[in-house]
Amino acid sequence: MRIPCPICGERDSREFRPKGDITYADRPAAEAGAAAWHSYLHLRDNQPGQIVEIWRHTHGCGAWISVTRNTVSHAILGAQLLRDRGQDHAG
Amino acid sequence: MRVEGKGRINRDKPLNFTFDGKTYQGFEGDSLASALLANDVALIGRSFKYHRPRGIVTAGSDDPNGLVELSRGPYGAAIPNTRATMQSLYEGLVANSQNHLGPLGFDLLAVNDLAAPFLSAGFYYKTFMWPRRFWEAVYEPLIRRAAGLGRLSRGMQAEPSEKAFGHCDLLVIGAGPSGLTAALVAAEAGADVILVDENTELGGRLWLEDTVIDDMPAQTWLAQISAKLSAMPNVRIMPRCTVTGAYDGGTYGMIERVGLEHAPSGTVPRECFWRITARAAILATGAVERPIAFADNDRPAIMMAGAMRSYLDRYGVLPARKIALFVSTDQGHRDALALQAAGATLAAVIDPRSDAPALGDYPLYRGAEVVATRGRTRISGITIRDAAGKTTDMDIGALGMSGGWNPNIHLACHMGARAIWNAEKSCFLAPEGAVPALHYAGSAAGYFSTAECFTSGFAAAINALSELGLTAPHTPCPIAPASRETARPHWVVSGKKRAWIDFANDVTAKDIRLAAQEGYQSVEHMKRYTTQGMAPDQGRSSNTTAIAVLADATGRGISETGTTTYRPPFVPVSLGAIGAGAQGKGFAPERLTTSHAASVARNAPMVATGLWYRASYFPQNGETTWLQSCNREVGYVRNAVGVVDVSTLGKIAVSGPDAARFLDFVYGNMMSSLPEGRVRYGLMLREDGFVMDDGTCARVGPYDYVITTTTAAAAEVMAHLEFVAQVFCPNWKLSLTSTTEAWAQFAVAGPKAFDLVAGLTTDLRRDELPFMGWVARDVLGVPARIFRISFSGEEGYEIAVPVGYGASLYDALLTRAEAMGGGPYGVEALNVLRLEKGFITHAEINGRVTAGDLGMTGLLSKKKSDFIGRAGAAREGLLDPARPALIGLRPVDGQSKILAGGHLFEADAKPSRETSKGYVSSACFSPTLGHPIALGFFVDGRARHGDQVKMVDHLRRQETLCEICPPVFFDPDGGRMRD
Repeated sequence: MRIPCPICGERDSREFRPKGDITYADRPAAEAGAAAWHSYLHLRDNQPGQIVEIWRHTHGCGAWISVTRNTVSHAILGAQLLRDRGQDHAG
Repeated sequence: MRVEGKGRINRDKPLNFTFDGKTYQGFEGDSLASALLANDVALIGRSFKYHRPRGIVTAGSDDPNGLVELSRGPYGAAIPNTRATMQSLYEGLVANSQNHLGPLGFDLLAVNDLAAPFLSAGFYYKTFMWPRRFWEAVYEPLIRRAAGLGRLSRGMQAEPSEKAFGHCDLLVIGAGPSGLTAALVAAEAGADVILVDENTELGGRLWLEDTVIDDMPAQTWLAQISAKLSAMPNVRIMPRCTVTGAYDGGTYGMIERVGLEHAPSGTVPRECFWRITARAAILATGAVERPIAFADNDRPAIMMAGAMRSYLDRYGVLPARKIALFVSTDQGHRDALALQAAGATLAAVIDPRSDAPALGDYPLYRGAEVVATRGRTRISGITIRDAAGKTTDMDIGALGMSGGWNPNIHLACHMGARAIWNAEKSCFLAPEGAVPALHYAGSAAGYFSTAECFTSGFAAAINALSELGLTAPHTPCPIAPASRETARPHWVVSGKKRAWIDFANDVTAKDIRLAAQEGYQSVEHMKRYTTQGMAPDQGRSSNTTAIAVLADATGRGISETGTTTYRPPFVPVSLGAIGAGAQGKGFAPERLTTSHAASVARNAPMVATGLWYRASYFPQNGETTWLQSCNREVGYVRNAVGVVDVSTLGKIAVSGPDAARFLDFVYGNMMSSLPEGRVRYGLMLREDGFVMDDGTCARVGPYDYVITTTTAAAAEVMAHLEFVAQVFCPNWKLSLTSTTEAWAQFAVAGPKAFDLVAGLTTDLRRDELPFMGWVARDVLGVPARIFRISFSGEEGYEIAVPVGYGASLYDALLTRAEAMGGGPYGVEALNVLRLEKGFITHAEINGRVTAGDLGMTGLLSKKKSDFIGRAGAAREGLLDPARPALIGLRPVDGQSKILAGGHLFEADAKPSRETSKGYVSSACFSPTLGHPIALGFFVDGRARHGDQVKMVDHLRRQETLCEICPPVFFDPDGGRMRD
């Protein structure tokens, strides 16, 4: 698998480490409530097809990125720096 | 036998080699197979199941039977299942036949052949089922003795292999007419091309063609295009390379035969495993000729017609003087003519087609079949049955066969596509687009004539270029005269005797019919029941025929029957090549501290801690066990001074105007209130509320902090902090830098620690460096940071210097410590010291404990509205008072062992999984207290201090009655490290 790192360019997937579904990038507010936190921590759809995941270019620039890929065809459809989402999720 | 004037061997360079102990001679340019055939050695090995005599069948990587054990002399283990057809001959080559008991010519296990009626498909499933208790004692050893091809030498491979990576615009797989055309067109368009072929030179079938290309003989044209491609800087030509698999993202696996081509030298790598990433690729892998299944068609010197032609044109070898061919293809007739022209006596061409062409002057049997063969260790005669049913016996020395062509579509099907039966061409073809950006050309795409190979290779290159965004060049497509390429598949000759389909795994047409009859009608079931296609050749030559026979037996069409799944690798790949470099020290990198050499010089056993190596203990004369050394080293720290390398702890510099705010967010406790010059212990949680790691945080400037992590979690914490910074705080002014390897850091601990440290500096006063403070000072003239922190419970200092000064500082520290009655200590003593103080490590922070479990709720700030893990830690289940809490344990009898990993039970409970109430996380013998101690977790443990519980270790069979106590065993108020 080849992943296009937005900083380094296309690289072998073995340079990257996956973290999981993109949900983990959307941290709820501190007082969002138990249901929101439970959903954030534990609930994932796991549908076949197009998904967005969080990866890190561990053996490269170290950037955390979102990778859009298709779990059925294995096609990698794009990658973006998570930093570029621009919104602070921390108090 | 060798034919004068034919072949591409170098007759000026004879090479001696040995097969089964007998010495023969071949020439440079020979394969082992051609050299054996030139010496009239037809019997190469014994078959897998029936131990029937077998010989060379093909001239390529698909050969099912020509497997030998190749000796590599002193440079590593012999290589079993080496394909004689692919092995280049070299001076002194030593090979041995496989799979027989006793001499090759008289194999004792050939008795299996007499028992054949009982060894049909499914024999193992039917026979070795009962009685059940016989399986382990009788059946399995019996099967293991007889099963398998070749044998492993069990020695280390001293002849290494290599790994390599390649990148290109276009990977052209196969350098026959279509691949060469595609490579040239793409290269002239400016593409970066890698052209690979599994043979030792380019050309493919062009070496065997008597056709004219662009008005010149085929071999002249080949020489010209080869020279042209070799001269182009954007073309990389790689012979002896077999592409083994197609993977995601245009990645292809490839095995290159390197040192295997020569006598072992001990320096040249045996093989090289490549991972090639190509923006586009062309499948020009050609096709393999299809055998015909007829009675006893497996005798040595029965081979493919094209293979006979190949041995003649490439190596100047005829398998026998008098030959016959049994073919249903026009190409077979042309091959017969070429063999005849080279001096072979062509006794017969037998063609089941009633309209077979007569291309020359030879006895042609139209509408006829070969119905029997004779000969024990090689074929000596055949019986022909003509269209009228009349039989003729004939003595011959070799028989060629050709039942059609199977395109090599494997790579196109490696990503899950199913091959499609093409009735018109009578072969399976790959569906378009089966592997992204892989285009098909030539025989691999079902274009069998040379003229069509050129046009399809040209077209494939144009398609690939448009995908690459390159303009097609003005290169003309090579022209060859159109030729008649009719073929009618002739799968099986009917008859009662065994007709082999899978020569490698000894599967006959009858076995496949039996499988169908017994209900294994799906092609996948048939394969597993008969083992057809499961040998090292993966059924390259047999799959299509097996499918045709199954289709016939079940009354379905071939299309409906379909193929089994194609999986990599296309040819066998040795694990030594895939894992090249990962033997011994190559398995994992080693991280060494600056004290490593000094520790090794003091005979310290080095223990792996992740990738780091740390001194376990420092043995002294008279000490016979590690425990004696460990106890002495603990004594240094408790009574004088000890020194230990703590450089392996993770160190991260956190800088920027938002650094303080960031640390507040990632630690449970408050860090922004930390004054400059001070150090604070901190706890980091995961977002789900469990403890991630602990460590210290030192403020080294208004905007600068240095935090430490545990050795084990350094990488995880760094990744976590980067995640939080990049994803949750993208607009904060902040930078994170791992400085673990920039600093060498040593802990100096004990009652005399200050004296030692002060002696290294000029003006250090005790009162300017209180507990949990730090100062910048020159240490022996080197700018250093001195932290007053303690992981031992004694007055402790950690001195950090730039890593280049680590080794000399360590020497200076040890010299001074020893002069004060102390010395170095290792991680064993470090562990005892921290356990006596109840300090935790990742044995306790095991991913399942909360701050509350550790008794550290005080480290979760109530003043902060948010921090990582705050919401998660507030969940009901994590606040349950009945959760197992950190406790100390000591044996009631003062001496019995407590074992880490042991479970804890109420004293009167029957120890079982259900009654377990806790576990031991760390344990040691405390020399300070004189008895074993341990840390662990027990349900509602803090309320149980003073109670007796039972430690049971079922694995090591230890049961010890313990008393629960507070987790701090020594100096509970911490006076020794503070004052």
